[in-house]
Amino acid sequence: MTPEELEQIRARQRSRALVMALILGGLVILFYAISIAKMAIAG
Amino acid sequence: MASKALDTHATPMPADWRDFLALTKPRVMSLVVFTGLCGLLVAPQHIHPVLGFTAILCIALGAGAAGALNQWYEADIDAKMKRTANRPLPAGRMDRQSALHFGVGLSFFSVILMGMATNWLAAAILAASILFYVLVYTIWLKPRTPQNIVIGGAAGAFPPVIGWAAVTGDVATLPLLLFALVFLWTPPHFWALALFVKTDYAAAGIPMLPVVAGERTTRRQILIYSLPMAAAAVAPWALGLAGALYGVAAVLLTAIFLFMAAQIAFRTSGDGDLMRPEKRLFGFSILYLFLLFGALVADKLVLA
Repeated sequence: MTPEELEQIRARQRSRALVMALILGGLVILFYAISIAKMAIAG
Repeated sequence: MASKALDTHATPMPADWRDFLALTKPRVMSLVVFTGLCGLLVAPQHIHPVLGFTAILCIALGAGAAGALNQWYEADIDAKMKRTANRPLPAGRMDRQSALHFGVGLSFFSVILMGMATNWLAAAILAASILFYVLVYTIWLKPRTPQNIVIGGAAGAFPPVIGWAAVTGDVATLPLLLFALVFLWTPPHFWALALFVKTDYAAAGIPMLPVVAGERTTRRQILIYSLPMAAAAVAPWALGLAGALYGVAAVLLTAIFLFMAAQIAFRTSGDGDLMRPEKRLFGFSILYLFLLFGALVADKLVLA
């Protein structure tokens, strides 16, 4: 594997990790909001 | 199933996140999300905005999961068609196992989240729609029968029912009519497409109606299916489930649809035909569904 290919792989891994982090962050907010909504309905 | 060239270890390069997004067929998803949202908005009860948003998100994720599994199974067919050859799997940008894991994971996630956030009836219908699209349409019908589009169209007709069920926890006449509308709209919509991409389908060995039964039969079938579709489009108003705003929109839009379908039914294409009426109907059919569902929601808001 050439250094260019290795760099390309690392770049893709970085961008995938970033997107995954954003998705997980979004899900944390969503689950929190769902919990609050459910409690509001129950209350 | 895919050829060995598309198999797992052919590409050491990890797939880009955009390739995972492309697996979900975002363009198809927009119509699914819209009809699901309309089903949710016309339901007679209220849903908490966060839960409503989650329900639509789950419909989108479920549709994306079904699209990913469809592309996983059809990688070799996609490679033979110009329209689909650049998808992540046939283009070699992703290995098949990643697509399978992504599709299955997203399916479970969307169904479980739907059940937890709204209710398990909506989750069950979402699961049924994914299974129907993947097992009944993609694996069973599409490679075997020219009726693939007719029965497979049911998969795309589920979203308004899911949206409604997410709010009410049940299924009533109106969402079933919306189901019937999308179900009956699908054959004319896809057969119009199949008429002008016929050579592509033939090369891939997919028994689309123009390939198997010929162009004349397909043209007639487009008009034949448009007639019950027209009845389903007008039915919510005729049965008193929607108001005059929807009624006027449904009658006008459906009249245009029928006119275009009739134009196609009674014409024959020559050599080098640009297939303009067919392309026009295909384009209008998408607009038709958007406008019709939009009119239904506008009608509900006006009545409210």
